[in-house]
Amino acid sequence: MQSTTLTGPLLTFRHGIHPEEYKELSSHRPIERMPFVEEYILPLSQHIGAPARPVVREGQRVRRGELIAEPAGFVSVGLHAPVDGTVTAIGLFGHPNGQMSPAIRIKADRFSSQRLTLAPPIPPEQISAADFIAAVQRAGLVGLGGAAFPAHVKFSIPEGRHIRCLMVNGCECEPFLTCDHRLMLEYADELMDGVGILQHFIRAEKIYIGIEANKPDAIAVLREKAGGGALPIEVVPLQVKYPQGAEKMMITAILGEEVPGGKLPLDVGVLVSNVGTTVALSQYFRQGLPLIERVLTVTGPAVRRPANVLVPLGAPMRAVTDFCGGISDEAARILLGGPMMGVVQKSLDVPVVKGISGILALTDAEVRDFSTYNCIRCGRCLEACPLFLNPARLGLLARKGLWEEMEAYNVLDCFECGSCSFVCPSGIPLVQSFRVGKAMIREQKARERQG
Amino acid sequence: MWEVVYTLIPVFLAAFYYFGLSALLVSLAAIAGCLLTEWLVGRGKGQESSLYDGSALVTGLLLALTLPPGFPLWMAFVGGVVSIGMGKAIWGGLGQNVFNPALVGRAFLQAAFPTAITTWELPDGRYWMPRGTNLAMPFYQGSPVDAIGAATPLARMKFDHEPTELASLLLGNTSGSLGETCGLLLILAGLYLAWRRLINWRIPLAILLTVALFTAVFYAIAPARYPSPPFMLLAGGLLLGAVYMATDMVTSPLTPKGAWIFGAGIGLLVVLIRIWGGLPEGVMYAILLMNAATPLINRFTKTRVYGYS
Repeated sequence: MQSTTLTGPLLTFRHGIHPEEYKELSSHRPIERMPFVEEYILPLSQHIGAPARPVVREGQRVRRGELIAEPAGFVSVGLHAPVDGTVTAIGLFGHPNGQMSPAIRIKADRFSSQRLTLAPPIPPEQISAADFIAAVQRAGLVGLGGAAFPAHVKFSIPEGRHIRCLMVNGCECEPFLTCDHRLMLEYADELMDGVGILQHFIRAEKIYIGIEANKPDAIAVLREKAGGGALPIEVVPLQVKYPQGAEKMMITAILGEEVPGGKLPLDVGVLVSNVGTTVALSQYFRQGLPLIERVLTVTGPAVRRPANVLVPLGAPMRAVTDFCGGISDEAARILLGGPMMGVVQKSLDVPVVKGISGILALTDAEVRDFSTYNCIRCGRCLEACPLFLNPARLGLLARKGLWEEMEAYNVLDCFECGSCSFVCPSGIPLVQSFRVGKAMIREQKARERQG
Repeated sequence: MWEVVYTLIPVFLAAFYYFGLSALLVSLAAIAGCLLTEWLVGRGKGQESSLYDGSALVTGLLLALTLPPGFPLWMAFVGGVVSIGMGKAIWGGLGQNVFNPALVGRAFLQAAFPTAITTWELPDGRYWMPRGTNLAMPFYQGSPVDAIGAATPLARMKFDHEPTELASLLLGNTSGSLGETCGLLLILAGLYLAWRRLINWRIPLAILLTVALFTAVFYAIAPARYPSPPFMLLAGGLLLGAVYMATDMVTSPLTPKGAWIFGAGIGLLVVLIRIWGGLPEGVMYAILLMNAATPLINRFTKTRVYGYS
């Protein structure tokens, strides 16, 4: 820890980029609850790992928050009904990833009050660590920052390991997105409670809440909440720089140390939890609310009424955008997530799933044209890459299909933040080609394992 | 690219101030050769013309700055054609070449017309009179009419052990190529480009430091025989080469460590050639040789990746 004031030099990592923020479109808009719609589609695979296994049959009536699919292995989580209603189908439906994917369709009960009628689980203070992990898994919790990695896997600390430092990630470094910002302002108590629950099991020496300095109101609110409490919490303003919210970058910024290549934060005694995930943890244990809804930022110049919306999972994206006044005719591209790491979405007729932090509609003005020129070896990508990789060289190797050599240049360490593509004056799709390279290397390795 | 062009404007104004209309004509001939070739190559490839990205213009401008004021215009034109044709196009265009295109053109001219390219004149204040040699025709052996040969400061040092005043080297009123005489402007342009991050500051710094250090050693041993470090830094094409030629992104290493090695290599070669070589000047060959070493330097200077020591 070097400095924690808002005025002094802010903590950060080396390299990175400064894209325009565009947060003012939605940052002042309080979270709105979207009205319930008629039909929900819940893909069994909304997380990294094995798809959940259905425990309901067609025609069965379900209550809001009831388990409809159970975890199918350790790296897998449960899935719950977002509404009181009836299971009308279990089959293949469109998934935001572009494929047809097994899902459960639920028709909402028109006359239900949609009040949560399930009893909350046993308070976390009264259960063992193993039961806590199982409860989190059953609650369907995943990292809500975007990766949708099962939260209980992250929270499982192997025997003999000690977590010295718990970090709550409130950076929200992606341009446009403001859902974590609003959560910190409006769900500060739940956030602090979630931190408390985690701390009860982790027993870290120190708790940091890292927030980019462009959210001074959130920093002030959380500092006040953290002030009188018994927990060793410090709210740390971080420099506004992309990708400050990447786990490794936040650890480097706050602790001044690097996470060794190929290792996890756990290996350096750190556990990082996203703001949304931490709030959801509290909501499950105190209110009995499993992960059946999440906050999305629906924004971009082509959204008529940008907003932060609390959406039941499984609702069609078109209903969400319609709730926000609809997408205007100028829309040139729709992205799920932020503009840096988000993926282009072709259809709005797919459901909202756990890992989607925003729906972004851009006009021609924000979408870069696709002309690509030769690499002039200007080296800007080297100065942007937060992992100090050599994107120029990797791009060249990718173009020639030299996957093995890409591996020697550490392409597998790349977490695809896209800073290199962003700064490239020749418009070379660098990170896109690294994704291909990584996939090829993994495939090759899988083949070798099979012999 | 265009910002680089703007920083060249003062350098060209100085060239015009010292060498008059000749400077302008030689420059136009070199630029014409470059642009015409770029246009023809683009047409041949049937792609969107790369004429407007400014790179061919920069090559032409830089080539011109390395030529003597009395250089025959047709040769300057041929130099431009070779710069783009053999320095860039045959490698696959922008970003694909190994050697600095302007210096490839210059090297060709040096090999093809060794006399013309080493015939120097002092600034003589005749602004509007092109030098007689400018208008020489191809394959025509005219008798030199009014050329008053004047050795460059480096040649005088090398062959006569006669140093030139540093003030002249800084201001530019000595003989030399169009863009190399005015050291002060080149230093300012270099500082600006480094500040705007348009060039990798490590390269010129490494070159100048190496030259200064290496020269200082010899100067300390035998001050009468060897040039002083300030003289070595300011005379000849070193500043021009360090600021505008060696920093060409395409032909210099990507990594910071590579840039230091690259610059130091150029500095060493410059001093070696200037002191022991047959030529008084060696910046061009030093840069071209290190250009050739760049792929190797890139390969051996991997960046330290986050999380690995």
